[in-house]
Amino acid sequence: MNFAMIFRVAARAIARNKTRSILTCIGIIVGIAAVIAVMAIGQGAQTMMVREISSMGNNLVMVFPERRVQGPVSGGMGQGQTMTAGDAEAVKRELGHLVQGVSPSVRATVQMMYASKNWSGNVQGVSTDILQIGNWAVAEGRFFTEDEQSRCARVCVVGATVRANLFGEDENPVGRTIRLKNMTFKVVGLLAPKGANNWGQDQDDVVMAPYTSVERYLQRSKFRNINMMNVSLVSMDDLEIAKREIAALLRQRHHLADYQDDDFETRDTTEIMNTIGSVTGLMTVLLTAVAAISLLVGGIGIMNIMLVSVTERIREIGLRMAIGASPGNILAQFLLEAVVLSTIGGAFGVALGIGGAEFIGWWKGWPILIQIPSTVGAFFFSSFVGMFFGFYPAYRASRLNPIDCLRYE
Amino acid sequence: MSHLIEISDMYKIYAIGGEPVHALDGVSLAVDEGEFVAIMGASGSGKSTMLNILGCLDVPTKGSYRLDGTEVAARSAAELAKIRNRKLGFVFQSFNLLARTSAIENVELPDLYMGRLRAKERRVRAMELLGRVGLKGRESHTPAQLSGGQQQRVAIARALMNNPPVLFADEPTGNLDTKSSVEIMELFSELSSEGITIVMVTHEDDIAAYAKRHVVMRDGRIMRDDASCGSARKTVGEVARLVREALA
Repeated sequence: MNFAMIFRVAARAIARNKTRSILTCIGIIVGIAAVIAVMAIGQGAQTMMVREISSMGNNLVMVFPERRVQGPVSGGMGQGQTMTAGDAEAVKRELGHLVQGVSPSVRATVQMMYASKNWSGNVQGVSTDILQIGNWAVAEGRFFTEDEQSRCARVCVVGATVRANLFGEDENPVGRTIRLKNMTFKVVGLLAPKGANNWGQDQDDVVMAPYTSVERYLQRSKFRNINMMNVSLVSMDDLEIAKREIAALLRQRHHLADYQDDDFETRDTTEIMNTIGSVTGLMTVLLTAVAAISLLVGGIGIMNIMLVSVTERIREIGLRMAIGASPGNILAQFLLEAVVLSTIGGAFGVALGIGGAEFIGWWKGWPILIQIPSTVGAFFFSSFVGMFFGFYPAYRASRLNPIDCLRYE
Repeated sequence: MSHLIEISDMYKIYAIGGEPVHALDGVSLAVDEGEFVAIMGASGSGKSTMLNILGCLDVPTKGSYRLDGTEVAARSAAELAKIRNRKLGFVFQSFNLLARTSAIENVELPDLYMGRLRAKERRVRAMELLGRVGLKGRESHTPAQLSGGQQQRVAIARALMNNPPVLFADEPTGNLDTKSSVEIMELFSELSSEGITIVMVTHEDDIAAYAKRHVVMRDGRIMRDDASCGSARKTVGEVARLVREALA
């Protein structure tokens, strides 16, 4: 008996008990649909987070001065251990083969004033490289120039939030002069809005000015330290080398002896991504486990119904054996029946899973990412479930003694 | 000369409730090609057990069974299935047709397991056989749409599908009315005259009268094995006397 014929016998047996077949399928349908929906939602969440993190900047490595405090004395002060703009310039100068851009970041929280309005916010002293590093775009006017940067010009660009609060939506800020603390700065450009970042911080609530100007006019400190520096690498492949070389350069500039620890820390987006990835990954694993359990239950449902089917059709089995069906034929018949049943369930499950994931995505506004390999995998897994749970009943049927089957009442 | 069917010193022992029951108690029997044998006896005499073993549906506890020159007593389930498929045809008391399956598909079934014919040839042969048993035009009827006698005809056609040398019938008329019984037995006589070997189990004298040889059993033993002389059939009365004498 060839495969097509056994398949026909199996398909007919399934079609004969429609209600029962549908109920049996539901177990598999729910299981497969759950697996696919959970994976689509999980993958979607992960992809969204990764995208948001990469919106922080291109191939970004952040270098922070060491924040460690030893006892009551805040460490590093007066020892030349804080980072300076000179460090940032050196990184750019010395490691040109690895880095695309370097921007020191000098923060000053100041009161901003324009006409009768005022706003309290951050002024970021940055270099012109920040445009490329931070994926910023200028909506109106222009960014400040390197020339302005080198001569400490009092110019700035404003973010959308600052613009809204200081100027209102109607007034074009470009060309206006605002007061930052007690200094006047000329607004030369308006940054294109970026929205909130991963942590909900409004990235548009910012004024950017040359770091040289911020250091000179707004930072009232004897030490010209910077808060951090942002470095964008030519390629993420060089991440480890770049971090090592930046560290070596900074250690050299800070005159650190071998036994001394770094007085700075480097962070990169891959670390943040890994952390977030492990959280969403764990979530996906847990939810997939729950989905897999429902699939297991569905499989047991198939096994149960196949056992019933074998008992119910025991005279048919006996007759088939009497006219020449080998144990292998009987095994194949019932195994195929289980596989067909679970594969049909799998197909509907895939459809329901995709539909369900899309619906949840639309309803909750979650990003959904349906991956072809996992979908195909889930589909084939449903066939496997049928094979696995269908084997025992089919095997039992094939071991039956023909005469016992024929005599069964 | 070797016989088509030859069993010797065969035992079938069931252990029911700890006490062994000898369903077959050292039976020997030989059947030659073309014979029409009726195995008779009361219920519990071991006649059905013997037929099941002859039909390779059951295996003996002890003893040898040579079918068509080869030993079949100790074969695997798969090998026995092959033997049943190619060499033996079965007709059961309860017809045992596949429900909700057309007559023609029921008849085709043995060849599906044998895989000898192509789909078209198989259909043609099944049609022929249904015609031969007098069911032309009812090929697509399901068992539920056929009378008992018609169902048994389908079963006979099915038994003939793979051209087996031997046909086994277990009380083939047990579920039929008198008229259908006569029709079925006429069909068996016809098949017998065409050279097919038939071994039939029955406890009815009038049915047994169609056979040419009568084996009477009791308590797992053959009490009488009597062939008709020449081509003359025994009458029902002769069969009844034979059985009475054997069991006396």
